[in-house]
Amino acid sequence: MDIKAALNQFSFDHRDDSTLVVRLSGAWRLGGEPSSAFLADCERQLSAQIRVVAFKASELISWDSSVIVFVVQLSGLCYRHGIHMDRGGLPPGVRRLLALAEAVPEKKGARKEAAKATFLEHVGHTAIGAGDSLGEMLKFLGEMAVTFFRLVRLRVRFRAVDLFLLVQQCGAQALPIVTLISFLVGVILAFVGAVQLKQFGAQIYVADLVGIAIVHEMGAMMTGIIMAGRTGAAFAAQIGTMKVTQEIDAFTTMGFSPLEFLVLPRVIALIFMMPLLCLYSDFVGVLGGATVAVEMLDLSWTTYVRETIHAISLTDLFGGVFKSSVYGVLIALSGCLRGIQCGNSSSAVGDAATSAVVTGIVAIVGACGVFAVVFYVLGI
Amino acid sequence: MLGGLTNGNQQPAITVNHLTMAYGSFVLMRDLNFMINHGDIFIIMGGSGSGKSTLLRNLIGLNEPAGGEIFYGDQNFTKAGLAKRQEVLTGVGVLFQSGALWSSMTLMENVGLPLEEYTDLNPDQIREIASLKLALVGLKGFEDYYPSEISGGMQKRAGLARAMALDPEIFFFDEPSAGLDPISSRLLDDLILDLRDSLGATVVVVTHELASIFTIGNNSIFLDAETRTMIAGGDPKDLLAHSKNPTVHRFLTRGEGERL
Repeated sequence: MDIKAALNQFSFDHRDDSTLVVRLSGAWRLGGEPSSAFLADCERQLSAQIRVVAFKASELISWDSSVIVFVVQLSGLCYRHGIHMDRGGLPPGVRRLLALAEAVPEKKGARKEAAKATFLEHVGHTAIGAGDSLGEMLKFLGEMAVTFFRLVRLRVRFRAVDLFLLVQQCGAQALPIVTLISFLVGVILAFVGAVQLKQFGAQIYVADLVGIAIVHEMGAMMTGIIMAGRTGAAFAAQIGTMKVTQEIDAFTTMGFSPLEFLVLPRVIALIFMMPLLCLYSDFVGVLGGATVAVEMLDLSWTTYVRETIHAISLTDLFGGVFKSSVYGVLIALSGCLRGIQCGNSSSAVGDAATSAVVTGIVAIVGACGVFAVVFYVLGI
Repeated sequence: MLGGLTNGNQQPAITVNHLTMAYGSFVLMRDLNFMINHGDIFIIMGGSGSGKSTLLRNLIGLNEPAGGEIFYGDQNFTKAGLAKRQEVLTGVGVLFQSGALWSSMTLMENVGLPLEEYTDLNPDQIREIASLKLALVGLKGFEDYYPSEISGGMQKRAGLARAMALDPEIFFFDEPSAGLDPISSRLLDDLILDLRDSLGATVVVVTHELASIFTIGNNSIFLDAETRTMIAGGDPKDLLAHSKNPTVHRFLTRGEGERL
């Protein structure tokens, strides 16, 4: 016998003019035909004379929730038509489950309002939300400023072990990815420059282009973006999880400020590691540019290096390194802020991590723009 | 009369006056009035979602009350500044629902950290005291384990060891028996009784475990989600015997003898 054919079978009988008998047969499975299709059939059968709907289930082989759903929907239909439903013909198990489903009346007000907000309402809610989150951010920054002040007065407490672990996590362990990205950025810049400069026979200036771009801007920026994705997200997830598991509450009730204990070491670790990573990234980026120049443009390593040294000044170098340190603060703060704001569920931890990366990158790019203007005005 | 049923000459350990708890504009509980006396094992009971845990969070300052006041002794906790609150909280030990051990630290470090912070003990003495506290909860030998390496029940006990670190006068337990097998949960009850009897501690327990409520509790309040306030207070055994309130009676008898 074709199994599929035996699924969710039913037909109609008329015991007399006023009674419609629904005969259920075969195996009823949730995977079979949906009950909404049957319901339309039933509705067609309901003529004006019918006062009672009854069931016959003697040929029903097996059943699951699909029968319950069907009967509940049919019962609603009967109610609307003012028809009585006689459930006597249903298997006892089905009757018990139906009784259970209908035992507790729907709680008033429990159903979420599906009302669609108007455009203005939406704008209003968004504006209020933005205001709230700005307030939270300012509060966090204010508290961090106080914490920093305590740090300067050497009155903060956190575990040195935590700091060293964090330094390792956001320093040494970030080297492989920083190497890869920086080298490739150097290579890409050299290619872009080489194609243009070759037309004028000015290949040697590839070294200037790569050197200045990397040291002045790209080294700090790329390290910042890598660290925002890598470490900022990790900070948010770590702190967010600690919030979910009430570890932050435990800190608070025992009188340890989470900002001192968790946020401060993270900020310090990044303040010190970002410049080092940036210097390293500068070096690897220039190396990437040099590789292209030597392989494609027939420049020698010594010429390239001499030209690079000639092109970049110590001011450029320090400018870049300083910027990276600021980016470090921004990444750590946005990661920790999102972690602290995290809600109380596992999906909230994911949101916090996502939001930390977005906030971090926006903050870096914003700061980069500010630096560009300030450096221009100062003539650096 | 609700709350404050055992009248000693002593001042109560905690007094709550007209406390209202809310999340935003949603009022969870209003007008809670009760006293917790020294040496009480005070049960906060009520159905799921009635705000038992939120009340506990209000009592230890993790949530701000929407109205009303909380006193520790004669100290107004609600109006106190950060420093004053901290001073009060050093005399308080909290066991969170899942233990809330700091996952980056070993059990020893978890228990030792408060000692490091609030005492002048040297590292050896701290190690010794932390070992003792862990031994008290049956975790001798697990000093150097990380929380992730031990079972949920052990984490909870380690959390208790940490709460005991500074020998607080008041303990708060949030659903201590949740997720424990009957024997472990019974052992935890014994431990709570020991804390009270040997250290003279006051214990506040949030629970809906009937067996615990009757074994350890000598005072209680009952939070009702329907009316959004407390509807009974006093010794749980008296409540079982005399409470006329159908909700309380049903709760304390598990609704047995009636069709739910």
